[in-house]
Amino acid sequence: MLTAVCSTFPHTRVSGPEPSPPSRFADCSRLCTWCAFLSHKLLLGQQYYSPLRALSPSSLPNTTTSSPTPTQPPRNKAHKKSKRKMAVLKVKFTKNKRDKLAQVLWVLNWVSVVTGIILFGLGLFLKVEINKRRELMSDREIHSVPNMLIAVGLIACGINFLGGKICYDCVDTTKFLRWKLLMLPYIICTFFFTFCILVGALMCYTMRNELEESLFLGLRDAMRYYKDTDMPGRCFLKRTVDMLQIQFQCCGNGGFRDWFQIQWISNRYLDMSRREVVDRLRSNVEGKYLMDGVPFSCCNIYSPRPCIQYQITNNSAHFNYDYQTEELNLWRQGCRQALLEYYTQIMQSIGLTVLIIWLFELSVLTGVRYLQTAMENVLRQGDPDSESDGWLLENSFVETARTNFNIIKNLGKCNQIDTTNNGDPNIDVPSTAHYGPDNVLPKQIPVVS
Amino acid sequence: MALMKVKFDLKKRVKLAQGLWLMYWFAVMAGVLVFSMGLFFKIELRKRSEMMDNNESHFVPNLLILMGVLACGINAFGGKICYDSLDPTKFSKWKSVLKPFLVACLIFNVLLFITAFLCFSLRLALQFTLAEGLRNSMKYYKDTDTPGRCFMKKTLDMMQMEFRCCGNENYRDWFEIQWVSNRYLDFSAKEVKDRIHSNVDGQYLMDGVPFSCCNPSSPRPCIQYQVTNNSAHYSYDHHTEELNIWKRGCRDAMVSYYGGLMNTIGALVLLVTALEVGVMVGLQYVNTSLTTLVNPEDPESESEGWLLEKSVKETFTDIMEKMKAMGKGNQVEEGGEAQAVATVS
Repeated sequence: MLTAVCSTFPHTRVSGPEPSPPSRFADCSRLCTWCAFLSHKLLLGQQYYSPLRALSPSSLPNTTTSSPTPTQPPRNKAHKKSKRKMAVLKVKFTKNKRDKLAQVLWVLNWVSVVTGIILFGLGLFLKVEINKRRELMSDREIHSVPNMLIAVGLIACGINFLGGKICYDCVDTTKFLRWKLLMLPYIICTFFFTFCILVGALMCYTMRNELEESLFLGLRDAMRYYKDTDMPGRCFLKRTVDMLQIQFQCCGNGGFRDWFQIQWISNRYLDMSRREVVDRLRSNVEGKYLMDGVPFSCCNIYSPRPCIQYQITNNSAHFNYDYQTEELNLWRQGCRQALLEYYTQIMQSIGLTVLIIWLFELSVLTGVRYLQTAMENVLRQGDPDSESDGWLLENSFVETARTNFNIIKNLGKCNQIDTTNNGDPNIDVPSTAHYGPDNVLPKQIPVVS
Repeated sequence: MALMKVKFDLKKRVKLAQGLWLMYWFAVMAGVLVFSMGLFFKIELRKRSEMMDNNESHFVPNLLILMGVLACGINAFGGKICYDSLDPTKFSKWKSVLKPFLVACLIFNVLLFITAFLCFSLRLALQFTLAEGLRNSMKYYKDTDTPGRCFMKKTLDMMQMEFRCCGNENYRDWFEIQWVSNRYLDFSAKEVKDRIHSNVDGQYLMDGVPFSCCNPSSPRPCIQYQVTNNSAHYSYDHHTEELNIWKRGCRDAMVSYYGGLMNTIGALVLLVTALEVGVMVGLQYVNTSLTTLVNPEDPESESEGWLLEKSVKETFTDIMEKMKAMGKGNQVEEGGEAQAVATVS
């Protein structure tokens, strides 16, 4: 009788009715099928009793009130009570509500596909922006953020596409059976995936330090190679730096004084026969032609007077000029600061967008979870048009965490060698398996030697 | 003898009306496009009105804006007529308006064509305006302390850097004006006094250019002072040096920028004119096909549609005769009045 009723519920597992952790498997390679079993156990807890709920005296008056195993009944009843009380955020669903939820989730999943594309686009945009000025940045880990966004965007598209398909099929209970096994792993995967989105958003905000370091080194090298317009591979650095200073209205790395410390005029254009040039070259250790002058791209267009770019610190070289008070002559901001601000602005907007997308994905995931639990309960009850409950977690957080922990602990035990024989696997230890209801050892077959 | 006669049955008429209604919606969007192009061009002109001495003519962008608005209105009206032409009862109220409307469409198309032509010819006018305007702007480059002109330096510098040009026709224009303000000239220095005395107007002229003329692609640091003096700089020959400062004049650069813009706008307006002519022809066919029903009571009967009732020559002579008759009509009346007055008295 019991098995007949059990067989009407196609999802029922007939293999493991006991509540204790699964017995040790000799062969751990059966982990794949075990994972599905495990995932059901993790969050559904002891729902394997639910078919038996239908067998309780109230619903089936004809059946005997005997329970499947002697240890079941008190536990079942107590468990039923505790289940009712402790499910997290339970909501009742009528057939109409379920259908509506499925339809809404279908639409939302498609919207999520679009947001996945948006994420991908944002990552691509950031990558292009960073690549545009890769000559001014030294090789660092800054490409990890746009790459992460691109990957997350693509995966989001895929996951939400699948979610949309699942929700579309959820309206029909027969089609739902196709997806039943897959749904819980799907929800768990999506839950962990939303963490990835969150990480992506946070990385946008933390990228600043990496970027500053990269810009500092990159700009320093770019300024050093400013004069090397005859060396292949570096011949465009002068133009790049000049255009950067003109466009971002900045001068040097931290300020215009950085140009005083490097030689930015190539030796090809220095007249070595002149005394002044030779003096300058000799006056410093490395033999560099240093001067208190800056390139023309540092000139501030808002200055009322023609640009003073040579002998900047020498007040007497120019009429009516005091370099301490002169503020509009050259750009005062350093290019590192200017570029940092520019990129920080981009990344803050991207980070905000990604956070909003994360919240949206989380809400869609919650809806899918409710739909899944509601559909499973409907199937359990047998009548596709009846009301059912949907919840986030069957037991409270504490219970679920405890059961998960136990399962993971026992999963670990699967890999361990039995240490009761002092680690020696060769000693023959009689097993404690049950051999049927009478627990009689099978007859030993005499070995013919 | 009708021009381009076509036979219509109900199905064909309905298809024509529907297709025409769709085309009218495209034409409305084209009208919006023309309007926005006129607006865009107006903004671009205003952005650099300082370079043109605030003297530039806004006639063409204003005309484009007007044409765009008119196109929207006319095409929306035409679309309504087309929509109503499917229903004979609704169409009857438009019948009297249709002929004048078609004449108005024709005039509008001619105006649109003239606008496109004006767009292409604007280039010449712009050249003169720019030449004059740039010369005056360069004169005021140094007047950063004069209210009303204090931003001329910044505007000119930004323009030279953006358009990659130097001076009016070329960089030598800077040699002919004083672009360094007297506030920054040390009049006690001998060199300065010599320079000022050396020319009639007492201006400080030199062979130097502002920093915004510098070319960032140059391999060497920019040489902006003593540009023509080869001995002042090591390994420098100003005749062969091409990358040092921008060689192009700003007038040329801006004329080609605006010219390119006007060519694009003119081409688009021509396309819009073609579309408008198309919908006008379609409307004429709808009109004639609905007025020549074989059986006026039966909306499903066959009919004919044409472009012109008679051939082109005959239509033309008809119009001329009508106009002559109108003129004679006035004269005869006058004569009649005089006679009447004469007989009375």
